[in-house]
Amino acid sequence: MSALYLVAVGNVPDKVWQWITNAAGEWFPLPIKRLDGLPIPAGAFDPKRKQYESVEIMKMLAENAPPDATRILGITDADLCIPMLSFLFGQAQLDGKVAVVSLCRLQQEFYGLPGHDDILRERLTKEVLHEIGHTFGLVHCSEQTCAMSLSTHIGMVDGKSERYCNRCGLQLAQRFASLDGGV
Amino acid sequence: MKKNWPILVVDDEDVMCESMAAWLREDGYRVDTAPNGQKAVELAKVTDYAICFVDLKMPGGMDGIETMMEIHRVRAEASVIIITAYATVDTAIQAMKEGAQEYIVKPCNPQEISMLVSRILKLKKLQSENAILRKKLTRQYRHHDVITKNPRMEEILALTQEIASLRSTVLIRGESGTGKELIARAVHFSGSRAEKPFVVVSCAALTETLLESELFGYEKGAFTGANAQSKGKFELANAGTIFLDEIGDISPKLQADLLRVLQERRFYRVGGTEEVQVDVRIIAATNKNLAQEVQQEKFREDLYYRLNVIEIRLPALRERLEDIPLLAEHFVQRISSELGKEVHGISPAALKILMAHDWPGNVRELENVIERAIVTCRNGTLDEQDFSWLQHAPTQQNWEIPDVPLDELERRAIVAALERKHGNVKEASAALGIDRSTLYDKLKRYEITH
Repeated sequence: MSALYLVAVGNVPDKVWQWITNAAGEWFPLPIKRLDGLPIPAGAFDPKRKQYESVEIMKMLAENAPPDATRILGITDADLCIPMLSFLFGQAQLDGKVAVVSLCRLQQEFYGLPGHDDILRERLTKEVLHEIGHTFGLVHCSEQTCAMSLSTHIGMVDGKSERYCNRCGLQLAQRFASLDGGV
Repeated sequence: MKKNWPILVVDDEDVMCESMAAWLREDGYRVDTAPNGQKAVELAKVTDYAICFVDLKMPGGMDGIETMMEIHRVRAEASVIIITAYATVDTAIQAMKEGAQEYIVKPCNPQEISMLVSRILKLKKLQSENAILRKKLTRQYRHHDVITKNPRMEEILALTQEIASLRSTVLIRGESGTGKELIARAVHFSGSRAEKPFVVVSCAALTETLLESELFGYEKGAFTGANAQSKGKFELANAGTIFLDEIGDISPKLQADLLRVLQERRFYRVGGTEEVQVDVRIIAATNKNLAQEVQQEKFREDLYYRLNVIEIRLPALRERLEDIPLLAEHFVQRISSELGKEVHGISPAALKILMAHDWPGNVRELENVIERAIVTCRNGTLDEQDFSWLQHAPTQQNWEIPDVPLDELERRAIVAALERKHGNVKEASAALGIDRSTLYDKLKRYEITH
């Protein structure tokens, strides 16, 4: 059966995997597997911005996806960006295979505050649900507490809940039902 | 998905196009990308993009400003956002001058882009709703909504289109309920004044003094209770159309005042000393025979000729019997939906009753009769039982014959037939059941001119 693969891109602390496995296991009826960690591709670094192009990381993830990967989610410590936007919490291929979430701006330390595991776990869970949701065709939700609502700053991430709203949850369930296991 | 608002991203750098497109797709938009201006214009020719993000500097071919101008040539409504990595005041000013909606420097904050897109689309949605409402309002009074297959009505509808953009005064004649206001609105909303006010004044509903202040407005202190200056209907209709219904009922004084407005397009407010100038098209309507009123010196001849520049005479419903099934079906659909009743049509037997009725109250009466039938109907179809009361109602066929010589009755019948058939002797003779030569003899005998 095809699986959801999780992979570290760069330096990712071990504590996050259990958090992600718990959250993903609750919402996605898929086997969850880990891949060996990958380095951040050198070409992703933008020296002017001192950030990493998410597109390059996603390309690398796509290239490294095992044949049985229905989805592959990279978790990275890199601060992600695209040419047009100053930063991203994560990015995904809409209705595609690949997604990436950055820990960088989810950590309290980025904002000059002492680290806090519960806060990081909550934020990461929300962003993981958000980006994987995109790979299953969900778009941004107008319900501000839904994990699929758009977050353009950390306050908006904190305003969301660690779950999908009924509409998005139902859409996701219908997606799995229609795929009859063959996601 | 927000597929109704497609977005185009134009940039020579593939990574810029694809990453921006991917980010916007996550928001539910349909996004296309183009690597240069030429491709962007090609895409814009086939897709009505709501927003185009266009990079200012694209080597080879068109730059961002040229691309924007070309896009605007094919899609004038598209909002173009110019993107640049190098902010200079001059290029920003040039971009805005040439029609860019916004000018942004990359990279920018996701919140900024998100708010920009939603602000532009919110405005577009309002513009689109506004356009739809205007269209609906206009369409409501266009000839499409006058239900007819009667040749005379079709001629009238064609005439309303021909005269719509003129300023000439129109006089609409017709019995009550024939749709005089509907035709007046069709004239107004089909012409160049459609965006301007259409003001209705029912002249018969008001006393002379009230009508005067209603039409011309009044100054503060003009009469007891005039606590502030008030604009009259003529001023309110400025640049648009004023519809003077039941014009045959206005007093001699108001006839004189109205004549002056028609001649000079100027008037004084009640109690005022300053002239007010207006540009108003006048459409008047009456159910009276104004020519006859002039002969009887009840209506000013000069005003009659001023009003009667273009005359439209609306036939009574009994003169357009072929329209009864169409109108009845239309009213059933509309009224049942308004009343929330499941009524889908009219039985042939019920239609027979409607066709046999004389309809002294014309289309308005038919509408009321259908509404009453729908209210009391217990089936999904209106049948003869729903209209049984109509067969016993008094109609024009029950008219009382006045105590006059037989010759006079015949003369009146001939005049009435000629009027109904617009002076067409062939049709009038058929309606009277006599041949054409007999009718000519009688016209001569009774000295009737037609």
